Amino acid sequence: MKIVVMCGIGLGTSAILKVNAERALERLDIDASVQATDVAGVRAAAADAQVILTSSELVEAIGKTNADVIVINNYFDVDELVAKLEIALGS
Amino acid sequence: MEFDSTYPKVIMPLPHLPLNAITIGALADDWPAAITAAGDALVRSGATTSAYTDRMIEVIREFGAYIVIAPGLALAHARPGADVLTDGLCVVTLAEPVAFGHPHNDPVSVIVGLAVSGADDHLQFVAELANVFNDPAVIPALAGATTAEFVQGVFGQTEALA
Repeated sequence: MKIVVMCGIGLGTSAILKVNAERALERLDIDASVQATDVAGVRAAAADAQVILTSSELVEAIGKTNADVIVINNYFDVDELVAKLEIALGS
Repeated sequence: MEFDSTYPKVIMPLPHLPLNAITIGALADDWPAAITAAGDALVRSGATTSAYTDRMIEVIREFGAYIVIAPGLALAHARPGADVLTDGLCVVTLAEPVAFGHPHNDPVSVIVGLAVSGADDHLQFVAELANVFNDPAVIPALAGATTAEFVQGVFGQTEALA
């Protein structure tokens, strides 16, 4: 399973989201890879991804995708990530 | 993963937060002024040149307020570049909170500025930032800080707050 985290420039914010998404997945005992990308690279990165995590500000920039797009409000709230990933991944 | 192997055992202090990279109670009328205060702190500490400040503002103009990643907190940053002299971190608290235009996390009271010289080597750095801010008490504590030494302590002594 593949999860993409996206921010505007593909480092900094997306790296924080990647770190905490991995912590959330560990808590859920879900085995998935988490790849950070930027707006320019999201289409390619998400081609085989099940979920895209990003900010509400960037949802429109993703465009057409088959992945579930999940908006994260607080990137430091692992509980929020756990709750939203649990719903999206249907565990 | 490699991040989890260091968490939550020993939390290493984040590097690059000298006292001159901390500004308490900055006056900013709007978000560009708030980002400029963070850029000034990075310049003052020797991490960047002022061109980096302009690039941090450009990121927000291009992509929006997504850098407001938690209630009250903006993570100001841009891509690596020639204007990044060395990896750096700064913290600016605002005298009055400023709206960035984020639907959930406005207004912003604390700006963390991040400058990295390479995209690949910043992951451990960012993991340590996450270790600090995953404690929900940290942003309010920083917003209410009255001394730079207190801010430095929050980043160096996260065990005490956990």
